[in-house]
Amino acid sequence: MDKVLLAHGGGGSKSAELVERVFQRFLRDPLLLEMGDAARLPGRSGGAFTTDSFVVRPAFFPGGDIGRLAVCGTVNDLAVMGAEPLYLSIGFIIEEGFPVRDLERVLASIAIACRQSGARIVCADTKVVERGKADGIYINTSGIGRPVFKKPVHASRVKPGDAVLINGPLGLHGIAVLTARNEFGLKASVKSDVAPLWGLIRKCRALDVPFMRDPTRGGLAQTLNELVRKRRFGARIVEAELPIPKKVAAVCDLLGFDPLHVANEGKVVMVVAEKDAEKALRLLRRHPLGKGARRIGAITAVHPGRVVMATRAGSERIVMPPVGEILPRIC
Amino acid sequence: MSKDAELNRLAGRLRSLPARPGTRIMEVCGTHTVAIRRFGIQKLLPEGVRLVSGPGCPVCVTPERFIDEAVSLARQGVAVASFGDMLRVPGSFSSLERERADGRDVRAVYSPLDALAQAEGTGKETVFLAVGFETTAPAIAAVALKAVEKKAANFSLLTALRLVPPALKALIGEIPQGDAAAQPPAGSGLAGFLLPGHVSAIIGKHAYDFLLGHGLGGVISGFEAVDIVSSLLLLLAMHEKGIYEIVNNYTRVVRDQGNEKSRGVMAEAFAVADAEWRGLGAIPASALELRPAFAGLDARRRFAIKVESAPPRLGCRCGEVLRGLVDPPACPLFSKACRPDHPLGPCMVSAEGSCSAWVTYG
Repeated sequence: MDKVLLAHGGGGSKSAELVERVFQRFLRDPLLLEMGDAARLPGRSGGAFTTDSFVVRPAFFPGGDIGRLAVCGTVNDLAVMGAEPLYLSIGFIIEEGFPVRDLERVLASIAIACRQSGARIVCADTKVVERGKADGIYINTSGIGRPVFKKPVHASRVKPGDAVLINGPLGLHGIAVLTARNEFGLKASVKSDVAPLWGLIRKCRALDVPFMRDPTRGGLAQTLNELVRKRRFGARIVEAELPIPKKVAAVCDLLGFDPLHVANEGKVVMVVAEKDAEKALRLLRRHPLGKGARRIGAITAVHPGRVVMATRAGSERIVMPPVGEILPRIC
Repeated sequence: MSKDAELNRLAGRLRSLPARPGTRIMEVCGTHTVAIRRFGIQKLLPEGVRLVSGPGCPVCVTPERFIDEAVSLARQGVAVASFGDMLRVPGSFSSLERERADGRDVRAVYSPLDALAQAEGTGKETVFLAVGFETTAPAIAAVALKAVEKKAANFSLLTALRLVPPALKALIGEIPQGDAAAQPPAGSGLAGFLLPGHVSAIIGKHAYDFLLGHGLGGVISGFEAVDIVSSLLLLLAMHEKGIYEIVNNYTRVVRDQGNEKSRGVMAEAFAVADAEWRGLGAIPASALELRPAFAGLDARRRFAIKVESAPPRLGCRCGEVLRGLVDPPACPLFSKACRPDHPLGPCMVSAEGSCSAWVTYG
């Protein structure tokens, strides 16, 4: 590896290769090496701390924009650690010539997303670079949260028999951004699902939820594979139970994508102890972001380290994470 | 009956079908290879029946030299526009993805029309990599006609278009090949071909009539699980009875006579030529090249393309995989040195490649 390729930013196995072979040679803090969505800070209160950068192209897309994405991305990374998002920092890198009116639109969405999520932006920074040295606007957010789940949300507690749940339809964000680019002559009226998930996730705080993750870049396939990698359990999902909207399936068919690889920004994959699974579904369905919540599979000891899907044809297949970039700059 | 129930009924029939041991069916098309593995259909076959992949993955059969030519163009400062799956394919010494990281102008497009629009928009010399089979050739031919009509002076094509029937003829020994390494699929037991749906929509079902003389059947199939399972049922039934036909089992898309209009556009821009296939060697009359009237659009005439011939890749058995002689795990590199995130051979690079489908879907 001598050059960074776009594929290294895709969130799939190429990204993992860059992290393991380059980053981790230099940055080796034990908290960082846990590779969670957020770091668990030491101490009795044990806060959660995370950061994320946003370079989505175009900055405005059906259902959202880079501002809403920047708040939701970080808030959701905290939420899936079972932590209530409290404080955010935000940093802007803006290209010379970026319209102030567009900046105002982005800021308005940031304010709305903050209100919806309950988090406060308490520090901020702006840099401007020469025209052509960036593409419009990039945003970084970091966030601190307070763990409130009764039982620790930690993948080491996942066990065979646990249920795998999702809160609604898959693939909306990726397809919305893709069609917003007008590159493919596609006109699918798909809106991004970008939304802050804390309000939904907190409903399950009293239940036994050993694992949550928002299936963003790399989609559901990436999330489940990260969960089972090097573990003594695998995941088994059922194709007929997966909520994949017709429009998403149609675009994926056309472009040769696997819907399980497409990014989501308002979804959470929950692994819930079987005894609490039905209760979790009931709680999730009471929230607007969880109306489509359903059980899509289970944790199994039969094929450790692997994600397998029971297909509609009555057979089964392996579900692998995507290899490189499916779509660069999706978030 | 619900779609899933219908599928389950057909799958149940397939599994319980009597079949002779050692029976093989070749799926020609890369999209079928992926669909079969995605649905897990290879596990629903009766005892003794196997599916083998054929030469219908465009990236897989495109010679390494073609990538080298494209890299040479990119290094000359020409904008190279290509279907996305070509970008990761390793040439002898580089790939287009690497050239892009080095700052060359390489773009993924989803249609040759986008490439022409890009040429017009940027004013820059733009070459579209024209690869694929009869499916993509008509769209590329249409763009060639349009470029001439618009007098687009900065747009050209680097062609590696291939035809499906000649490859099948070479596989079954209908036409002789210069390359002694290319033999018909080993042994008997080949029951027939699962024929490509989209290619057939252009060329029609009679383009495969030559199979009948070899005691081989063919079923043109769509890409849904139901399409594939029902097509396999038809093929195995033919083989069992010893009656061979070409059946169009994808009538919602394919007309028996194909699409004459598309063939007309293709014939206007392209002439049939001999060509080298990766893995299959030289096959007479198996490619499309621009007609002399379109010489102005031919990137090979427009630019001085220099490529050194590369040493063959040691150990890679893509050639045999493409001819259905071996399954991917028989290759010593498979899933070890050669993986989807680090592909050595073309069958691992392309999402439609047999090796990639084996790793990806198990």
